[in-house]
Amino acid sequence: MGYLVHTDADRALMLRRIGAASVDDLFTPIPRELRTTALDLPPGSPESEVAARVTSLAERNRTWGSRSFLGAGCYHIYVPAAVRSLTGRSEFATAYTPYQPEVSQGTLQHIFEFQTTISELTELPVANASMYDGASALAEGAFLAARHTSRDGILVSAGVHPEAREVVRTYASGPGLPVADLALDPSSGRTLVPDAARLEGAAAVLVQQPNFFGIIEDLEPLAEAAHAAGALLVVSQNLLAAGLLAPPGQVGADVAVGDVQPFGNPPNYGGPFAGFMACADSYVRQLPGRLVGETLDADGRRCFTLTMQAREQHIRRAKATSNICSNQALCALAATIHLALLGPTGLRELGATCIARAHYLHQRLTELPGVSSAHDGPFFNEFAIRLPVDAALFAESLRELGVDPGVPLGRFDPAWTPLLLVAVTEINSPRDLDAYVDAAADALAHPKEAVHDR
Amino acid sequence: MTDDCRGSRLEPLTFDRSRPGHRGATVPTAGVPAAPIAHLLAGASLRTRPPALPELSEPEIVRHYTRLSHLNHSVDLGMYPLGSCTMKYNPKINDEVAQARGFTDLHPYQTEDDAQGTLELMWELEQALLVVTGMCRATLQPAAGAHGELVGILMIRAFHRDNGGASRDTVIVPDSAHGTNLATATMAGYKVVELKSSDRGLIDLDTLRSNLSEKTAALMLTNPNTLGLFEEDILEITRLTHEAGALVYYDGANLNAIMGKARPGDMGMDVVHMNLHKTFSTPHGGGGPGAGPLAVCARLEPYLPAPLVSRRDPNEAPMRRADCREGCASGPDDDGACCPRFGLDYDRPASIGRVRGFYGNVGVLERAYAYILSMGGDGLTQASEDAVMNANYLRTRLSGTYDIPHDRLCMHEFVASASRQKRDTGVAARDVAKRILDHGVHAPTIYFPLIVPEALMIEPTETESLAGLDAFVDILVAIDREAHESPEVVTGAPHTTPIRRPDETRAARDPMLRWRSDTG
Repeated sequence: MGYLVHTDADRALMLRRIGAASVDDLFTPIPRELRTTALDLPPGSPESEVAARVTSLAERNRTWGSRSFLGAGCYHIYVPAAVRSLTGRSEFATAYTPYQPEVSQGTLQHIFEFQTTISELTELPVANASMYDGASALAEGAFLAARHTSRDGILVSAGVHPEAREVVRTYASGPGLPVADLALDPSSGRTLVPDAARLEGAAAVLVQQPNFFGIIEDLEPLAEAAHAAGALLVVSQNLLAAGLLAPPGQVGADVAVGDVQPFGNPPNYGGPFAGFMACADSYVRQLPGRLVGETLDADGRRCFTLTMQAREQHIRRAKATSNICSNQALCALAATIHLALLGPTGLRELGATCIARAHYLHQRLTELPGVSSAHDGPFFNEFAIRLPVDAALFAESLRELGVDPGVPLGRFDPAWTPLLLVAVTEINSPRDLDAYVDAAADALAHPKEAVHDR
Repeated sequence: MTDDCRGSRLEPLTFDRSRPGHRGATVPTAGVPAAPIAHLLAGASLRTRPPALPELSEPEIVRHYTRLSHLNHSVDLGMYPLGSCTMKYNPKINDEVAQARGFTDLHPYQTEDDAQGTLELMWELEQALLVVTGMCRATLQPAAGAHGELVGILMIRAFHRDNGGASRDTVIVPDSAHGTNLATATMAGYKVVELKSSDRGLIDLDTLRSNLSEKTAALMLTNPNTLGLFEEDILEITRLTHEAGALVYYDGANLNAIMGKARPGDMGMDVVHMNLHKTFSTPHGGGGPGAGPLAVCARLEPYLPAPLVSRRDPNEAPMRRADCREGCASGPDDDGACCPRFGLDYDRPASIGRVRGFYGNVGVLERAYAYILSMGGDGLTQASEDAVMNANYLRTRLSGTYDIPHDRLCMHEFVASASRQKRDTGVAARDVAKRILDHGVHAPTIYFPLIVPEALMIEPTETESLAGLDAFVDILVAIDREAHESPEVVTGAPHTTPIRRPDETRAARDPMLRWRSDTG
């Protein structure tokens, strides 16, 4: 336990100065009947054994490298070495929330750069300092809309990730906001524009771009319909597509949320990543979470500080816009650095490679007998295919051939059992794509029959 | 940019430095036959203006962020006695093991078979947290303490709904509570009643009694509270609350005081969140990521967010001995049954539902797990003992110089006040805090809890050495002397930090929340 710093002599001296006979005396404010003397946990271990134990657990996981085609909100994108090197700097990693700006300019400035980056990618003027993740950011976006409109109805597209839809419902259960689904057009896979009756009393319309099935939504008519009914359009945006697709702010969205995961944050079994939230100027005072603003110090030099804190829990308490306190600052920094390394050209090129490879794989797979595209709407780097067999069984067959082919969607809805959601990124080389197609052809020629124990 | 005599130079924004044509990362070209992008994206609205991301080379970016890092104070640079934040040392091994590719490359929708290592880690971490808290079951989903609070209060709401308590509409919190407690209650659709603390800085039983009613859904409290004081009547507090049909929520922000010394479960708590980025040493990251696992008593277990990590009996799905891998917690038994298998249990019909995507801030969980292995039960207990001793040592040594409104045995932190200095010299808590920064030490939490005027909330943690504590006392004594002899030095502080005090009013009056090409 090299993290404990006192010798027994130090402890004796300190107890004497405190005026306590023993360390137990310090705990006398705890009622005697509550006091315990030990924790029923194994004794501490030397660092070498801790390293061996935890590393053995990591090694027990199986990962697929460039033969993984899993996405569904979490993508395998190469993280440049500079990202980990810089975010690993302990000046960033071991600092707290920048409450003392004079000794926190490093954190404050990188958050300001993050806010600017998100503002550029969403094309909305204001972004906050980060949220927990994309799903909780979407729920907070719905709450923002409810506060702003003084309405309570939340309409969620069936094209929003099922887990994010569940999070919205969980959050909404507190204040009792009614949540209803908006159906997709079964052929295009795009959200059907709701009519005025459906939108009556709605605070927000929540959609995802590209949606859960990879389909690129047509946001403009959704924005027009929402606005005509006095509701806000909240778009959950995949930033991977941000270099090419029209950003939410360009097509009339009021609020954009999402997860920075594709940039700088490896899958890591689902976290930690960072959510983001951006909005039009008129909603700034309703934003949850921290905001960093530019100002001048006493010598007139440009500097940064937490600002507009009257929205936040530590000032406003029961009347705060949200209870969020800790956010995901270091994950946001990873995204900021990765996006700075890419720049506008790299972001566009990354998107172009993902999209070209995804369309190539889509073409090849849907040429296989019995395989079809689940939707005919435009897609980016992710698409759903309909298989002639249970997609989970198909995936199992392909894993035996060295390819993890995508997310079988039956895990989210039994009606989706034949659907496989396939994501392609720049780490999946042309050779990996061809290997996938070969394995798929093989598996379809020799289908599995029994369901194995998962 | 101004040159100055301070320790560091300020740094332009990446956006200021950007020059067209530069780039820091290259990406592979498609390498497959493909139609032009415009064709592939036919029917989609396209971006009309490229985003103004910075255009910089990798060396420029590395220098930029390295220089920015030099403008930060951090635990690795010096003492960080920020009350209620438990800024203890963050062991390096935690970060190193969490970087293993087997962890970082694991996709959340891989099969359970693929994820056995991470699932076992999560399950073992849950068990260890249950031992520390004395609770029954835990979710590892919440991303932070406040997120855990929301989960807990939503579960309490669901419990009341199912047990004839749907009309309960109020959450009670003491006036010393963290702001998150009140904000959480509001977010979960409850009204909030604040309890005035007693003269001893504790919950007053009569005040509690008079506020409890058939409308009370829950009492949220922190113990030890934000004054660093243990609620001596805690058993009576939980008994009275339960008698009124309400549940008790334990804000575990201050758990670092009591590991191995007392358990929230024994106090009668129904719901407990922990801050792994405080008590269990994972770094704070400049504000996150943290992790806020939430542990509950048996009657609330059905409401936990799905999925939970489950451990399946090896006999249920026997595996061959050859499948057992070294490092398995239990190892093969004599009958040849082998490692337990771990899974994700979604079959929880009463669950309030998930509160985030996937399963939690797993990278943070890995760090906390490594910390618990390193410390063990004895080490965690010693950590709490040393944390409490360090706080009492500082309290004792400072009590002649600063007012300490509740100057008796504290737990892991205490609250001093600069009221005397303010009255006698005009130097306020904020000024003391800013002057501390000049000494290479972070300031305590100031102006919190709200019930102490000119509050300086000090939490040294167990990883501060005796020499470090003595140096901190010397700094605070010297500042008091300065306040009397040359108060302008203190009110004008800090003097040696990268910037002087920012103009907060200007920042809030005309908010500039992003870079603009015509500023800076």
